[in-house]
Amino acid sequence: MAQARDAAIVGIHEFPSRDVEGALSPLQIKAECAARALADAGLGLGDVDAIYDAGEGGGMAGLNIAEYFGLKPKVIDTTGVGGSSYEFHAAHAKRDLAGGRARVALLTYGSTAHSNARAIGVGGRGGGGHPADNMDSFAGMTLVANYAMVAQRHMFDYGTTSEQLAEISVVTRHHAMRNPEAVKAMQDLEFLDIRETTLADVVGSRMIADPLHLLECCMISDGGGAVVIAAADVARDCAKPPVWLLGAGEATAYPENGGDLTTSAAAQSGPTAFGEAGVRPDEIDIAMIYDSFSITVLTILEDLGFCAKGEGGAWVSGGRLRFDRPNDGPALNTDGGGLSSNHPGMRGIFLLIEAARQLRGESCSQVEGARLAVAHGNGGMLGSRHCAGTVILGRD
Amino acid sequence: MADPTRPLPSLRDLDTQAFWLATKDKRLTYQQCADCGAVVFYPRRRCTACLGANLVWKESAGQGTVYTYSIVRQSYHPFFRSLAPYAVAWIDLDEGPRLVSNVVAIEGPASVRIGMRVKVRWEEHEALCVPLFEPA
Repeated sequence: MAQARDAAIVGIHEFPSRDVEGALSPLQIKAECAARALADAGLGLGDVDAIYDAGEGGGMAGLNIAEYFGLKPKVIDTTGVGGSSYEFHAAHAKRDLAGGRARVALLTYGSTAHSNARAIGVGGRGGGGHPADNMDSFAGMTLVANYAMVAQRHMFDYGTTSEQLAEISVVTRHHAMRNPEAVKAMQDLEFLDIRETTLADVVGSRMIADPLHLLECCMISDGGGAVVIAAADVARDCAKPPVWLLGAGEATAYPENGGDLTTSAAAQSGPTAFGEAGVRPDEIDIAMIYDSFSITVLTILEDLGFCAKGEGGAWVSGGRLRFDRPNDGPALNTDGGGLSSNHPGMRGIFLLIEAARQLRGESCSQVEGARLAVAHGNGGMLGSRHCAGTVILGRD
Repeated sequence: MADPTRPLPSLRDLDTQAFWLATKDKRLTYQQCADCGAVVFYPRRRCTACLGANLVWKESAGQGTVYTYSIVRQSYHPFFRSLAPYAVAWIDLDEGPRLVSNVVAIEGPASVRIGMRVKVRWEEHEALCVPLFEPA
């Protein structure tokens, strides 16, 4: 099947601050990012005729953002599936632009999770308001414990070790130290020791929920971003080279009696996305994988087909995923990821943004000649119910 | 200030109400589809295998196996902070349902293992009982 190059990312912006000290609202961050991403594309507000919104700005999703921005869009998509929302939005934008329903799509995200001191991270609860929550709230399951239970079972089934999981944290920090915004973020969030880490540092850090250590957990920051996606004819005339959306896949996963908790929804969304794009995992230069925790990345890399199920621990070992080893495998989370750059709660938009930077040649940890990237968002909780959105991106 | 207490489920949630009311009598229940035989858990309105309406309540013997677990050392809630470290687990009941609970091991949470045989141990509250698990 020929690759359909019918929609492309043409504008991106990542909000630089990870601590707005309560001086900006999520909606204001979204508006700032929208303006800068449109400027990056060489487009204006009047060009936007489709909006995609996860509803984190408050009010009635879709309506509130249209009014706040002063837009009267022809397409409004309010898919809200946590951190994976933006991969779903990109997939839907590709569909809507290819189908001629709109020409320029705007995705925005804003969060003040850090300023609000919301417990979304290591001790937070996650979820709420669903019959399933009424079944397990008595047990004190934390968000990180949910992921930790996947890691525990992965170790049991496949012999995966904490040192292997720590590889994810070490390579991500390596990339973060090259990204001035990530270094600033760690300073602003008062990380104790801002430097390259070793496997020993990670496995020696405080245990949060066995077997996951502190340095295997993402930070809780403020932040936001915007992505502009345009139909092919518009994209050709934009200020920056187009980053084509070549394929996409969506999936859900939830607890099933007797089910395998170590396999995520990526096992469904990945093949759909790679199939549509007509590319294989071993052709991918850049892997932007939702790194809420180390185990999230390991599981998803396996489920996307970068290696066989259960072999992820050995496969990531030895620094394979560093940006300066392009012949060994994809470069992982070259912005520093949620572990070491930003995690305001739903970081899926940053996966698209850094993938686009790499394919434009603008990353702080640039992979020379990068041609293909995958952005994979995981929303909800890996060890119970979650959504997966996979997007394959390519340059001209 | 009173000691923090365990957060308890609502008895008003329409899907899970019957499950929690049964715990008052220390009965651990689940649903099974009379049409296709599928075990459904958590409880809900229609069968998750065939969408059939004939879900009947069954009672578990309360025995199962730890599928996976974690030891929580940091929590969001005052009660669980006071309890930490404690073990949360996915437990596969012998009849099929997989549920979340705590494994309350006499030797402490570090003795919990995947594959460990466990049995229900009821923690009594005013309107309901909470199904915790201990080594069988």
